[in-house]
Amino acid sequence: KQRDSRNHKQSGDSTECVAEEASLILDEMAHRLQLSTVRFFVFTLSKAFKRLFRSVCVNEEGIQRLQQAVQEHPVVLLPSHRSYMDFLMMSYLLYMYDLPLPVIAAGMDFMSMKFVGEMLRMSGAFFIRRSFGGDKLYWAVFSEYVKTMLRNGYAPIEFFLEGTRSRTCKSLTPKTGLLNIVMEPFFKGELFDVNLVPVSISYERILEESLYARELLGIPKPKESTSGLLKARRVLSEDYGSMYVYFGHPVSVRSLTEGKITRSQYNLLPRCIPQKPSADTHEFLNDAAFRLVRIQEENMVLKPWVLIATLLLQNPDGMDLSSLAEQTDWLRHLALAFGAYLDWPDHEACSEVISCSLALHRHLLSVSAGHVQLSVTDAPQVESTPEEAVFHQAVVVLSCASYRNQILHVFLRPALLAVAMQSANSNRKDDVYNCFNFLRNMFSNEFILCPGDSVQDFEEACYLLMKRGVLQVLEHEIVMSASGHSTLAFLSSVLDPFLQGYQVVSRYLCEETNENLTEKEFIPAVRNFALKLILAGRLKCYEALSSDLQKNALAAFLRLKAVRKVKVTYQVNFEGLVL
Amino acid sequence: LMASSSSSSSAQQRLRIIAGHLQKRPEDENASVAAQECKAEAPRSEPSSATPVPRRRQEIMKWNGWGYSDSRFLFNKKGQAEFTGKRYRLSGLILPSLKDWFEGTFGANLQHRSPATPSLNLSAVAPPNLNQPFVEDLKAAGLTVSHDPEDRVFRAHGHCLHEVFALREGRIGRVPDTVVWPSCHSDVEKIVELACEHNVCLIPYGGGTSVSSALECPREESRSIVSLDTSQMSRILWIDEKNLTAHVEAGIIGQDLERQLNERGFCTGHEPDSMEFSSLGGWVATRASGMKKNIYGNIEDLVVHIKMVTPRGVIEKSCLGPRMSTGPDIHHFILGSEGTLGVVTEVTLKIRPIPEYQKYGSVVFPNFQQGVACLREVARQRCAPASIRLMDNEQFQFGEFCFFLILLSFFCFDPQHLCVATLLFEGDRGKVLQHEKQVYDIAAKFGGLAAGEDNGQRGYMLTFVIAYLRDLGMDYYVIGESFETSVPWDRVLDLCRNVKERIVRECKERGVQFPPLSTSRVTQTYDAGACVYFYFAFNYRGLSDPVHVYEQVEHAAREEILANGGSLSHHHGVGKLRKEWMKESVSGVGLGMLKSVKEYVDPQNIFGNRNLL
Repeated sequence: KQRDSRNHKQSGDSTECVAEEASLILDEMAHRLQLSTVRFFVFTLSKAFKRLFRSVCVNEEGIQRLQQAVQEHPVVLLPSHRSYMDFLMMSYLLYMYDLPLPVIAAGMDFMSMKFVGEMLRMSGAFFIRRSFGGDKLYWAVFSEYVKTMLRNGYAPIEFFLEGTRSRTCKSLTPKTGLLNIVMEPFFKGELFDVNLVPVSISYERILEESLYARELLGIPKPKESTSGLLKARRVLSEDYGSMYVYFGHPVSVRSLTEGKITRSQYNLLPRCIPQKPSADTHEFLNDAAFRLVRIQEENMVLKPWVLIATLLLQNPDGMDLSSLAEQTDWLRHLALAFGAYLDWPDHEACSEVISCSLALHRHLLSVSAGHVQLSVTDAPQVESTPEEAVFHQAVVVLSCASYRNQILHVFLRPALLAVAMQSANSNRKDDVYNCFNFLRNMFSNEFILCPGDSVQDFEEACYLLMKRGVLQVLEHEIVMSASGHSTLAFLSSVLDPFLQGYQVVSRYLCEETNENLTEKEFIPAVRNFALKLILAGRLKCYEALSSDLQKNALAAFLRLKAVRKVKVTYQVNFEGLVL
Repeated sequence: LMASSSSSSSAQQRLRIIAGHLQKRPEDENASVAAQECKAEAPRSEPSSATPVPRRRQEIMKWNGWGYSDSRFLFNKKGQAEFTGKRYRLSGLILPSLKDWFEGTFGANLQHRSPATPSLNLSAVAPPNLNQPFVEDLKAAGLTVSHDPEDRVFRAHGHCLHEVFALREGRIGRVPDTVVWPSCHSDVEKIVELACEHNVCLIPYGGGTSVSSALECPREESRSIVSLDTSQMSRILWIDEKNLTAHVEAGIIGQDLERQLNERGFCTGHEPDSMEFSSLGGWVATRASGMKKNIYGNIEDLVVHIKMVTPRGVIEKSCLGPRMSTGPDIHHFILGSEGTLGVVTEVTLKIRPIPEYQKYGSVVFPNFQQGVACLREVARQRCAPASIRLMDNEQFQFGEFCFFLILLSFFCFDPQHLCVATLLFEGDRGKVLQHEKQVYDIAAKFGGLAAGEDNGQRGYMLTFVIAYLRDLGMDYYVIGESFETSVPWDRVLDLCRNVKERIVRECKERGVQFPPLSTSRVTQTYDAGACVYFYFAFNYRGLSDPVHVYEQVEHAAREEILANGGSLSHHHGVGKLRKEWMKESVSGVGLGMLKSVKEYVDPQNIFGNRNLL
């Protein structure tokens, strides 16, 4: 590590000072993998997992591929991140399958948990600060630490491309920093290749379900603490259904970079000197990160409940069980035609499958006289204010949305096309494409849409809908088939909450803001605005209350230059708004 | 050739020098080969004695393989390998373990032969495209000219795999239309002048050992192509003992130069692996590097003065000063110009007294990493012996058939990782022994164990026969080649590993049935890096176009080298084989500079071999 400190005398500190600082950083960061701790963890976890889950399903051919990959080249595991369970489960599985245990990049917030932080450390976690933008020394120590472990083939490195747990169960826009770090030893010729293994982890019921919904509604996330964890013991008594872990095909960094990265650009600097990725490299990393997240999405195992949740959200007034069964079956076929990885019990009747799912998620539903509706079940004892009632309902809706969100990637492209068809001025293909492209651009903070893939996505959407007999794509025109109406209607309502949500945000920016809105004030202010609309009966869409949606909308408006960020304040440019 | 290892006292050396002075010039047996009286006005004190390479080289050398016709590897009826002829130390020896190594490494089988076409089919050679007035003017000027198909075919190739492979199959591509043999500088001036006048394409030809497709006739060339064979310009014109320089005609081949200097008590110390056949002019034109460069330097360090005939006239410096500050060194336009600017005719070289004492050595390391670390330390302390080379494990295993395994005693070493460094020390006896101790002490710090003089010497001997081994392989469906690069120290290991792995992977992807031999060695050390050599060979049974596969793999390997911080070439040159990477290697501006020099010096592209640029 000494070489880092030598390279980082930017502040004019003495070498010893920097070295000492670096070693402090290292102490704070480093894992201390200990087999005894791991064994203890495995023992406790197997107990816990058995109580929590009915089953944990793993694709064993994926495990075999991983076994192979580990022998060939250093491996980087890239699991999706939906729950704290993710990395515990990963380590547990690798231990059980006799694979080398990974070292895991974990957020610093864990470390502050007394005892548990140290336990995690001893089971292979190393800790990184959530933000260290300007701290070059920290970055240098950190990246050298990771690269050294990778180069030495010490253990597989595991980190989350999405950077943090997705509170909405939609995949998050990936971060490229760590990806760059693990690819750099290949770029610099220190490794022949690196295998990236995307892992998709899905839950039939997420432990943090209502916690996330509350957080999105502005009830702050409790700081990670040991006592908090003990309270979480309550969750141990509940049924969380099954859990699915899918190990994807290893992606070779070498083949990923072929023709895209000129490795000789690293020839002119000593390799120990950190180098900022060039514009080309940055673009490549971004593209690669998106593709990896899409692989995660595609391999995500979906349960029938995901379909049911989608339908229930589209019917806020509830549905009859019979029509729910009918529509679920219809949706199931649509999803399969679009390539969804659906785990549908083959031998069971549709109604049987549905009642099972409803039972598992009964806390989000009310079922009476053959009628199902999303609703607050554990109603508060004391009569609450109208605002509180809205929030209670919103928690249910957002919880439910987190299941629908799991299947969004399947419907996303056709849904964008469906909305584009509705809003385009004509049936002309280029008009529809322009609309599609606009929507795609607008929602690129919301969903995983690979930058630059616009045409490809459009063609994919056309192809899927054509195959389904919904559209006819002629040379210059796109025409809806007679039988296509219901599919298009369904698809556009999939995007409806997002369209409404973005409209609310833009209306807020147009109507309510003064010139000097600060970033901090933005979320609470929009939430209030939406709340008022709901209370006034002018808005039915509870998802507009989600801070995730609001943040994404603002980021999109900034990106589209509808809104400008000035120093620490937002200045609103009213003319620029398009919606 | 490598026999001068025995110790010799200074008295003996003195005697030898005197003997050299007294030696009579032997009668030339072959009148046609006798040096013609030359019109050159260069001062010639005591022109030295030597028989140059015969004009009809095919009489002593293979037309479709490496080296002398009488020396070749073959598997005899008992299936034992032997090396024929009398020229080498290995000649006449039986090598019992070569068969096992050969079959084991390549999956080859002695039953499966792929013999070469026995003789050149003259009808396959296209009739010469002659520029009659030019030929007549040449003859009028008294120059020796040939249109004989054998002569022309011999000068149409170097020793790239694809070139030799095509010859073995009897496939002949574009060949020079005329061969001309100048015998001195002024002959060359005349030829170049006539070439400009009649607009023919000249391709200088020295030893013919190119491995960069440099001698291939460009397909797109429509003019008459004339091969200018420098072999008859092979005299040492003078030796200056006060300044320790020798002025030599550029056509002389390495072994003749060294032998003749040795007779006078001197040497150049320039010993590239091809020195039996490669010429002084060729060394200059490719920026050659010699095995003992640690003491004597590479060719650019050895030359004091170069004379080159270009279409614009003769380029040379006005004095023999050891160093000049007169703008960019014009020698560096000539060094590495690969025959694109003119013909190097005469060179003044530094010479040294023959070293009093020579000693070989070898060190075995537990693995390649340790070996490289040791070489790096030796370079850091600037105590590299005349030569130090490190072979990796694959080469070590190949070498075993020669090493006769004294190494069994090293139980602590894993034979799958062992590697060996071979060493050559030169100088006065006391210093050599001291130096040897210093190097062995360093080696010991990296786990190296001294493994004896004999093993070291055999290692160097292998260098000269390895090219013959390729011909043996080609008799049994095995093709291969070597290529080289230079790279900073910190990247040596990574580069070796990545390139070797890339080769294995590419072979697999392209349908090569058996894992290839993919091996590397560090052959030169510098302050800031090392020269790395790769040997790569595979069994091509089952492939429809093995040469194409070979070329694709070599191409990929070169890409890998460049991506890992290696250079395009350390000493083989660019030729036409590596041209596509020139711009990337020297930048657009750099390439433009070279092009503008070419444009000025040779606007008609008389030297039209199309190498380099």
